[in-house]
Amino acid sequence: MIQERTGAPLIELREVYKIYRMGESEVYAADGVSLAIYKGEFVAIVGQSGSGKSTLMNIIGCLDVPTRGAYYLNGEDVSELTDDEQAEIRGKTLGFIFQQYNLIPKLNVLENVELSLLYAGIPAEERAARARRQLARVGLSDKEKNLPSQLSGGQQQRVSIARALAGEPSVILADEPTGALDSHTSREVLDFLQKLHGEGNTIVLITHDNSIAAEAERVVRVADGKIIFDGPAREAFSRGD
Amino acid sequence: MGFTQAFKLALKSLAGSKMRAFLTMLGIIIGVASVIILVSLMQGMTGKMTAMFEGMGTNTLTVRVTGRGSSRTVDVDDMYSLYEQNTDVFLGLSPTVAVAGTVKNGTDTDSFDSTSVSGVSEQYAQIAGLTLTQGRFISYADLEARSRVAVVGSYINNTVFGGRAVGELIKINGNRLTIVGVLKEQSDSTSATADDCIYIPYTTAAKLTAGEVSGFSFATRDASLNARGKKLIDEMLYSVFQNEDFYSISDMQEIVNSMEEMTGMMTMVLVGIAGISLLVGGIGIMNIMLVSVTERTREIGIRKSLGAKRRDIMRQFVIEAGTTSALGGVMGILLGASAAVSLGKVIGISATPSLSAVALSFGVSVFIGVFFGFMPASKAAKLNPIDALRYD
Repeated sequence: MIQERTGAPLIELREVYKIYRMGESEVYAADGVSLAIYKGEFVAIVGQSGSGKSTLMNIIGCLDVPTRGAYYLNGEDVSELTDDEQAEIRGKTLGFIFQQYNLIPKLNVLENVELSLLYAGIPAEERAARARRQLARVGLSDKEKNLPSQLSGGQQQRVSIARALAGEPSVILADEPTGALDSHTSREVLDFLQKLHGEGNTIVLITHDNSIAAEAERVVRVADGKIIFDGPAREAFSRGD
Repeated sequence: MGFTQAFKLALKSLAGSKMRAFLTMLGIIIGVASVIILVSLMQGMTGKMTAMFEGMGTNTLTVRVTGRGSSRTVDVDDMYSLYEQNTDVFLGLSPTVAVAGTVKNGTDTDSFDSTSVSGVSEQYAQIAGLTLTQGRFISYADLEARSRVAVVGSYINNTVFGGRAVGELIKINGNRLTIVGVLKEQSDSTSATADDCIYIPYTTAAKLTAGEVSGFSFATRDASLNARGKKLIDEMLYSVFQNEDFYSISDMQEIVNSMEEMTGMMTMVLVGIAGISLLVGGIGIMNIMLVSVTERTREIGIRKSLGAKRRDIMRQFVIEAGTTSALGGVMGILLGASAAVSLGKVIGISATPSLSAVALSFGVSVFIGVFFGFMPASKAAKLNPIDALRYD
């Protein structure tokens, strides 16, 4: 059930190039990529390591700017922002879920979830209330005072999901979210992403694993910095990749 | 992220590695403690010396007439008339005559070499701030009559006369004098101190030494009038001698001032040396903060991915460095203050650190932390979030 694409795209890349210089030669990590992602979509960007999917993820995540080309996020050109402007967009529009969970070890669960709200300048009480709501959503209300090291891998990843959700982002970016988890907890995390998608969230999942990519409704396959396939997940894998 | 938040985070970070935090602070602790100790001891010492001089009266002008011209001379009457014409400035005058010679008790069984014998007027007790525990001081009648009377210090009273000197006899250069008063202890009643002294009428002293009166002590109404008094005396003496090499006028207040200036300079030098350890402490903080930034590269990347701006990261690390240094400063102040107080007790001065010294050391230690935290913090703030996130 592909959602109907109406209005302007939430994420739009137009002819995006990312070129790295390696001595004499130039490496095209993104080689003229154009991509539009609409509100409410669940898109998997899939590719081998070195394919350029991380570069795409960095550009979409406002962690990096393209060498050439334009990136519109929510209709706003974000391809030539300063560090601090990027940081602001990241905090308010994007929610990251990382492979390594990336929780800050010396902060407790609640404080970790509050972080993006803290940087967005939300007052303490509202911060705590919103963070608790997200922790309840991932079923970890009873762990808010625990340190990340006291939780299992699956629980830590759920904390990082709660953290990504706390800022009520327009887009959730999940970079290999199950890479460090066993198959059972992977399933839990994927089910949760499905549930979020069902609730209308826009999700961009980056993975090298076809079986994980198959969870999405739309698959964008990347190789050598170019998009070599863009279509519904069913079609992506029916061709025997 | 607000200041309080960053401060709480800094405390948490310090609590997370107490040993390391303590070692980082050690340079600041030692630096601040030594500054506090030195300043307190110097202030205590200066205070004690000043009190001593003030006990002797800072409103005192001492005049020495050294080389008398053959015909031109100044005698006691000239000085008294100067004093009487200027009673708005001067409070008292005493000619002083130093009597050299031997001092023995009435029965010639004891002799004292270190005792200073001075001939003075009836006003000298007031000028020099002397008080009596027994008997009376020299009176005007004694001066007129050149009476053979003496007032002794507590050392003479205690060692020679067992505390009951009044009425006893003392021999100065073979002349018997009757003791009429005993002075209050000024020092510690041992020999060669301010308590080892004898005062006799200056007229008697002049007769005993067959000399002229060459010294005068003036008391002004207030130490602030010293300069005026000095000028009056100088004008009078210069008009007589036409040469300022023949006399000298020393102002007690000037002596106290120059002494305070000297100890102040000494304090500055010592504090400067102690300040070097503060500098070294600051470099230690910078060093550890740089290590900390490297260790926490990933944390910085996470924070940046969650919307932390450069100034947020900057503030976090600067405040952490400032907090480390300020905590070190507080410990240094406590250590320094207790060391200064106990050292002060040992050497017998009051060495309580002044509020300004405490406030200044605290301020300096915060400043050092912030200053030396700046470079590592700016390094952290400039980290690229992608590199930082990939960092292991």
